[in-house]
Amino acid sequence: MTALEHCDVLIVGAGPAGMAAAVAAAPSGASIVVIDDNPVPGGQIWRDGPGASLPAAARKWRDALERHANIRVCSGTRVIAVPARNALLLEDAERGWRVQWKKLILCTGARELLLPFPGWTLPGVTGAGGLQALIKAGLPVEGERIVIAGSGPLLLAAAATARAAGAKVARIAEQASFAAVAGFAANLWRWPGKAAQSVMLADPQYRTSSRIASARGSTQVESVRLLQGGREVEIACDRVACGFGLTPNTQLGRLLGCTLTAEGAPALVVDARQLTSLSDVYAAGECTGFGGSERALAQGTIAGYTAVGNERAAKQHEAERARWSAFAAQLHRSFALAPEIRQMPQPDTLVCRCEDVPFSALADCTGWTDAKLHRRCGMGACQGRVCGDAAQFLFGWTPPAPRPPLSPVRIATLAGLVSEDGDRQ
Amino acid sequence: MTGHTLLHIDGNLVRVKTGSSVAAALRVAGGMGAARTSVTGQSRAPFCGMGVCQECRVLIDGRRRLACQTVCGEGMRVETSE
Repeated sequence: MTALEHCDVLIVGAGPAGMAAAVAAAPSGASIVVIDDNPVPGGQIWRDGPGASLPAAARKWRDALERHANIRVCSGTRVIAVPARNALLLEDAERGWRVQWKKLILCTGARELLLPFPGWTLPGVTGAGGLQALIKAGLPVEGERIVIAGSGPLLLAAAATARAAGAKVARIAEQASFAAVAGFAANLWRWPGKAAQSVMLADPQYRTSSRIASARGSTQVESVRLLQGGREVEIACDRVACGFGLTPNTQLGRLLGCTLTAEGAPALVVDARQLTSLSDVYAAGECTGFGGSERALAQGTIAGYTAVGNERAAKQHEAERARWSAFAAQLHRSFALAPEIRQMPQPDTLVCRCEDVPFSALADCTGWTDAKLHRRCGMGACQGRVCGDAAQFLFGWTPPAPRPPLSPVRIATLAGLVSEDGDRQ
Repeated sequence: MTGHTLLHIDGNLVRVKTGSSVAAALRVAGGMGAARTSVTGQSRAPFCGMGVCQECRVLIDGRRRLACQTVCGEGMRVETSE
């Protein structure tokens, strides 16, 4: 039998939303547990490490988290399953245990949309945000020639991180058109602190209407071919970082039974109080739809206050949330993916990286279940998180329903699924 | 976070900046930091960088863990699945 712990408020995710939720809920005196799968709080955007230079805001929130004795942060911890209505089964490097909660706040963030193209499985190909995360965690890239491709402001952020670490950014290929990007940049003055991003168009390596055709190399990346406004160019490089925006992490929310949005990339539906379709489960940040850290902080603050019954304090952050939600809407419009991106995979391009299932094997499948049962697509260790997103974008298939365990798990932890009455799952 | 950490990767001693992830150490150990071999024999290295894709799964002190979400510890023993 695994240990059972109790708390008033359980927060899943210690990025901006989760940190803000915990700090807002703390003055109530409630017992708060924050769990996070990374080694330290901060989420993807404020990831710390030997290659990271944390912004002042990140330090401020992390310090605030440490100041409250009633907030306990469990880093390096994953959610494995939902053993009972108000409990989660967790695992860290040492143990598995259950936590029973009264209010749950989902701040599970987003993952990068990673789409298949020829050569994307070669060592040296990473996500764009992925490269940024790896460098912050100490990946040495000094002297490497890097091509960054995909879509969104994250490409610029990845380029800045790579350059600061001594890499040579040979090209930044943005799939959106010049008109779309220029329109986005021209509107940035409306959001404080974002105007600096408008220099993106001035970067000598930045190209719009450009997408990746293939990464080439025998055992690792040696070059990349890009389609720049219809013209093909080849660039010699050591590394390719390619990301097409962000997809909300909704697995845990779906497993709990939370309703998802019907349009766009599925996100958790929340009301004005950040409450999901369940009466005691809140959600904040990127899992409610991609919108950036400022929106996540506002949403997290509102969720934290509401979860401990302080609706008056929550209301004071609604205007701020509305301002950053408008920014998010602008972002979505400007960097919408062009239909040609669907033409990137060739017949032999692997779509499922875990089971090595090529694009050609999926072309005649009727949907996700067919692909899974007959082609083993999505049956591997990532549980369809990468190929499920890709298949949704490429074929319009509904992503796979999450099933426990949500992460690969040790057998000893699974014993925690046997709850006191012994008949669950 | 100054200083260095020494760990073993497939039996070889590797020196990284303290606080580095095992994914970073794989790159220091050689090549582009291959972590595993796929079901059809392809070499794979850390890809998503944030604990989603599972491409960087390795054995760390006998336990299967993700290299990108594990901080290097002094004397740690890492085995890639080759």
